[in-house]
Amino acid sequence: MAKFKMHLLVCGGTGCHASLSQTIGDNLKEILVEKGLDHEVQVIMTGCFGFCEKGPIVKVMPDNTFYTEVKPADAREIIEEHIIKGRKVNRLLYQDPENKEHVSDSKHMGFYKKQIRIALRNCGFIDPENIDEYIARDGYEALGKVLTEMDAQQTIDIIKKSGLRGRGGGGFPTGLKWEITSKSQADQKYVVCNADEGDPGAFMDRSILEGDPHSVIEAMAICGYSIGGTKGLVYIRAEYPLAITRLKIAIAQAREYGLLGTDILGSGFDFDIELRYGAGAFVCGEETALIHSMEGMRGEPTFKPPFPSVSGYLGKPTNVNNVETFASIPVIINKGADWFSSIGSEKSKGTKVFALAGKINNVGLIEVPMGITLREIIYEIGGGIKDGKKFKAVQTGGPSGGCLTEHHLDTPIDYDNLIAAGSMMGSGGMIVMDEDDCMVSVAKFYLDFTVEESCGKCTPCRIGNKRLYEILETITQGKGTMEDLQKLKNLSYVIKDASLCGLGQTSPNPVLSTLDNFWDEYVEHVTVKKCRSSQCKALMQYIIEAEQCVGCTACARNCPVNAISGERKLAHYINQDICIKCGACMEKCKFNAISIK
Amino acid sequence: MVNLKLSEDKINQIKEICKSFNNEKGELINVLHKTQTMYGYLPAEVQEVIARELNVSTAHVYGVVTFYSFFTMIPKGEFPISICMGTACYVRGAEKVLDEFKRELKIAVGETSKDGKFSLSCLRCVGACGLAPVVLVGEKVYGRVSPDGVKDIIAEYKQ
Ligand SMILES: Cc1cc2nc3c(=O)[nH]c(=O)nc-3n(C[C@H](O)[C@H](O)[C@H](O)COP(=O)(O)O)c2cc1C
Ligand code: SF4
Ligand code: SF4
Repeated sequence: MAKFKMHLLVCGGTGCHASLSQTIGDNLKEILVEKGLDHEVQVIMTGCFGFCEKGPIVKVMPDNTFYTEVKPADAREIIEEHIIKGRKVNRLLYQDPENKEHVSDSKHMGFYKKQIRIALRNCGFIDPENIDEYIARDGYEALGKVLTEMDAQQTIDIIKKSGLRGRGGGGFPTGLKWEITSKSQADQKYVVCNADEGDPGAFMDRSILEGDPHSVIEAMAICGYSIGGTKGLVYIRAEYPLAITRLKIAIAQAREYGLLGTDILGSGFDFDIELRYGAGAFVCGEETALIHSMEGMRGEPTFKPPFPSVSGYLGKPTNVNNVETFASIPVIINKGADWFSSIGSEKSKGTKVFALAGKINNVGLIEVPMGITLREIIYEIGGGIKDGKKFKAVQTGGPSGGCLTEHHLDTPIDYDNLIAAGSMMGSGGMIVMDEDDCMVSVAKFYLDFTVEESCGKCTPCRIGNKRLYEILETITQGKGTMEDLQKLKNLSYVIKDASLCGLGQTSPNPVLSTLDNFWDEYVEHVTVKKCRSSQCKALMQYIIEAEQCVGCTACARNCPVNAISGERKLAHYINQDICIKCGACMEKCKFNAISIK
Repeated sequence: MVNLKLSEDKINQIKEICKSFNNEKGELINVLHKTQTMYGYLPAEVQEVIARELNVSTAHVYGVVTFYSFFTMIPKGEFPISICMGTACYVRGAEKVLDEFKRELKIAVGETSKDGKFSLSCLRCVGACGLAPVVLVGEKVYGRVSPDGVKDIIAEYKQ
């Protein structure tokens, strides 16, 4: 990057992309040409910066100025003021929500202060479509070191010693998995990168592939060397077109540089990578299902053992790891196992990327040391709950996980503590909920997902989850009984015990954990037929307070089903039998005469 | 299902796709991806051609097509509308937005409007959670969509 004096890093992640960041980049380039500065200042489209809430983001280097919520029309001011006159554009700087001061360096923002970036180290810093930029940040150094200075076992030993555990959800020790695969005897072995990312609230794997695809390629080659395999496969969702494009470009560049292909760096080691596309089935994230899908079949899980490490793709030993797991490997080789294991908690080393979303001020992608507390994540990094509402729960682990509550705010987050609290790490979705969220409805939302995604092989999973869903539906309609609550529990345990794969074994978790933590809410739905968050339509009524109603007719005119009657200038009335509870009337009433009961 | 006859041309194109994957049955999913990109959807006739070329049963192809939600046997609308139903969008009100689309377009999820213009589907997390709730029309992303904004989005494509 030497010849340019300054760089303008524009976020090209999915969120910012949707807010026209490409146009921002194009405008910046155009204006630089106009000013004759295009040889001194370079515009780079990068991967996700993480701070999606405040996107699109433009960062000016080397002075580290971090502009937020930039619009295409702001490009001129950034160049004329900042680049040419050296004056920062204050109105685009992040404003500290407490003291209202402008913060220009992201290091000093609450959102970034507690983050440690390992897997995301390059996201937002480099142009993912340019291998030279990856190399300039020590890229492929680890591969070089491994191929020239270390043997397979030494490499495995470093990963083992680092304490790295699989980031795809299960938390299996990565070094141990590599060792098992390396000891399996076969004429061919495969390295598979699981980029299926099925959790409907997680997008970290996608961001890594979009922002730093070479880190995954490098790690897969290192893994191939360690286990004795020459073929790599990335199983990626077809719904991720940008990630697929960037990955393809990166693979082509790595081949061109001799970092993939035959006799890599003159070491005699061959390795190459191909892509396989997923087609929208959550269960295909499960490793045996994933392998069947790669073989062109329905993605149905099969019984383990044999584990893929022994018999996987085409019956050969196959090492399956998650994207984020791979992305951490090169740094561990470069900086050493001790460095990595000095970060994190006792049994969970390093960092974890979370997709922080929901009712939180700072939605985004964060990477934090294991062992951090939920309180730190939600209130310091996340900036607290949106609109000053009250925190209610945070859901981790996606459809396999559970809800954590106020009581868990000070629990250090790691694999084991989350499981003890009735949830799990999962792939890293972290959805924050406030007082307006009904926990019965949330459980129903996840069950709806599971019912749709169950592969149908096991009866308890296929039919049991459907029954769970129906019971939850009955409860949200105000027709549930106390007996139903007991049934929910019993059935959940049966499904957990009698299902073949992780999907079925964990699918009742959202139900069990909400029953545990929000029992009162369930009971309220069932006994007094009340939904305290006013989410369950069947349990609420829109009522017009006669004293407040001035008879302006605004509500009646906007009701899509003509449920409102009343004379002009006289109090109106809602016929509950006709009302479909759309809420349109309440929004239109200027006199606050309509309320939900 | 509607009875349609594939043109000679189309059949040859599908055969070409199969051939580009060496008529390998393990490549079925890749073949289906490519065919759907070209043809828009995967009706029974198309599946029959693929089955013949890859030397597997039509039932096997059908089993795979119906297993994966990405593959569709119904043609999508000219402007496919997808509502993100990821958790982040859900807690920020995606369901209400979806209801509004259903009401405005008078179709259910998975259906295509009579004039062939719009189809409606749900997606799981597009990774733009900062913009929740998110709606996609084709490749264009609409963020922070409220039920009120639904009419305007449809109007953009109505003419
Ligand atoms: C239903 C189900 C879905 C899964 N989805 C994913 C996924 O989307 N991505 C992933 O990396 N692992 C997923 N896993 C875990 C994989 O089976 C596997 O353990 C993981 O890819 C191994 O990589 P790791 O050790 O690096 O985590 C899923 C497991 C189950 C049971
Ligand atoms: S538990 Fe569910 S998803 Fe897993 S194999 Fe059985 S039916 Fe399929
Ligand atoms: S909630 Fe909707 S349907 Fe019910 S009265 Fe108000 S506008 Fe009409």
